[in-house]
Amino acid sequence: MSIVIRGAAKRYVSRGREIRALDPVDLDIKAGEFIAFVGPSGCGKSTLLNMVAGILPMTGGTISHDGKPVSGINRAVGYMTQVDSVLPWHTVFDNVELPLKFRGVPVAERRRRVTEMLALVNLTGFENSFPIELSGGMRKRVALAQVLVYDPTTLLMDEPFGALDAQLKLMMQAQLLSIWQATGKTVVFVTHDLAEAVTLANRVVVFSGRPGRIKVIETVPLSYPRDPFKVRFNPQFETAYGTLWAALAPEIAKGEAI
Amino acid sequence: MAGHADEAAAIGGGKSAAVAAWDAENSARRRLILIGRIVVGVVFVSFWEFSSGRLIDKLFVSSPSAVSSRLWKWLLEGSLWNHLSITLYATALGFIIGSLVGFVLGLLFGRFQTVADIFDPYITALYSIPKIALAPLFIIWFGIGIESKVAVSASIVFFVVFLNTYAGVRDVNPIFVHATRIMGGNELHVLRHVMIPSAASWVITGLKVSVPYALVGTVIGEFMSSNRGIGFIIAQATGLFDTTSVFAGLVLLGVVGAIINVALRHAETWLLRWKASN
Ligand SMILES: Nc1ncnc2c1ncn2[C@@H]1O[C@H](COP(=O)(O)OP(=O)(O)OP(=O)(O)O)[C@@H](O)[C@H]1O
Ligand SMILES: [Mg+2]
Repeated sequence: MSIVIRGAAKRYVSRGREIRALDPVDLDIKAGEFIAFVGPSGCGKSTLLNMVAGILPMTGGTISHDGKPVSGINRAVGYMTQVDSVLPWHTVFDNVELPLKFRGVPVAERRRRVTEMLALVNLTGFENSFPIELSGGMRKRVALAQVLVYDPTTLLMDEPFGALDAQLKLMMQAQLLSIWQATGKTVVFVTHDLAEAVTLANRVVVFSGRPGRIKVIETVPLSYPRDPFKVRFNPQFETAYGTLWAALAPEIAKGEAI
Repeated sequence: MAGHADEAAAIGGGKSAAVAAWDAENSARRRLILIGRIVVGVVFVSFWEFSSGRLIDKLFVSSPSAVSSRLWKWLLEGSLWNHLSITLYATALGFIIGSLVGFVLGLLFGRFQTVADIFDPYITALYSIPKIALAPLFIIWFGIGIESKVAVSASIVFFVVFLNTYAGVRDVNPIFVHATRIMGGNELHVLRHVMIPSAASWVITGLKVSVPYALVGTVIGEFMSSNRGIGFIIAQATGLFDTTSVFAGLVLLGVVGAIINVALRHAETWLLRWKASN
């Protein structure tokens, strides 16, 4: 098991009011699995990822990752946060090099791996640019290179491709799938886009509206390798999408009614 | 991936027409500004020279020609450098000590909120005292030598840098701290790669504002009691009603201040080059 979540819950206390962001959640994520989280806005998806990454203390329950309980910063994951976390005062190259520097990788190897990663996310030629000089989508690709470069066993990705245009999104999905298949990493992928979830994941978890709870977990019966450009025309895709949408739609409607 | 070649070309070497046009427009504007500056300077100095002795008594305003020959005389005598160096030295020392202490304490307070909250009222009280009012005390403590001037300018610089650093550290986005820790960074890495660069624009603003203050502190110290320095020259000349020397001292201070400011602006542009320009 890569990630074992037992009764993990989160209540925020903010300005004297208590907000139940996430009710106790149980979930087992197998090593090498690609799992997607979908759910209405504000249902606690980012909260759960933050707890797996160890940057947010739980108000109840336990989470363990690769057999070790998470308490404090979890350095064994790569986390692409929902908001930009690329450091604006470092160049693209320096940003991607940073985790290797922190982990004591020798200079020559650092240079080689960073160059390789930048080529992988198609940012060759932008080594010396500052993040402000890049588009939002390019910054997301820097963040992707940054988490891939140190080769963590598990990737946490919070709406990584939300800011990209439809074309680029499909290309990045294809690339992520091929990286995942080549490396066997565990991927936890949060998205607003149900089609994206079905395209990529082994299993899709649907969260209910706030306070967040797991409503449905559905296995996607499509085999890999999948082609993000074509898989949506597969009848099995439609069936899986239909079932998941039936679970998700009322939650979204509920959110809007509030 | 398609599009990649285009993107690289978009920032590639070689001046495109747009870059050339932008350069031309920019240099025309810069030339205009330079000419304007020279005109303003010449008009001002000529008016000063003309009015001195004609419109206003020479005793009050001296004249550019008298002031420049006085400066020239000092330069030849060697007293110019003698006085200027002591003032610059005290200013630099006060600036360095004040900003180092301010920076380190600002980082500490920014990192440890409880400590900051405990000391807050005392800091506010100290901050509210005009630092100039401390000058007599410093003279009692450190004598009339350079130490008391360093103390005055350091105490002024300290607060500016301290408060800016503190505000800068409080302003750091926690996302960057968390991301850096997850990537494997330790406390020192967080300080080096997140806290300091993020606080940099605040700190640099603080430093920029405080250099002129350091000069002010030194000169005030020299006014009160000293036997060397630009402040000493001005104070002594004032006692003798020697306006020419007073103006010569003021011109020196102005030139020194302007040079320091230009240097700081260049440093700022380079350090903050990652921020949006224009
Ligand atoms: N620091 C905080 N203080 C108080 N409440 C918070 C805080 N952070 C999040 N919340 C609340 O917790 C709930 C869950 O937030 P979270 O960011 O996990 O949602 P999400 O599912 O990621 O939403 P989205 O899809 O819009 O990103 C939200 O309703 C939000 O109001
Ligand atoms: Mg979120």
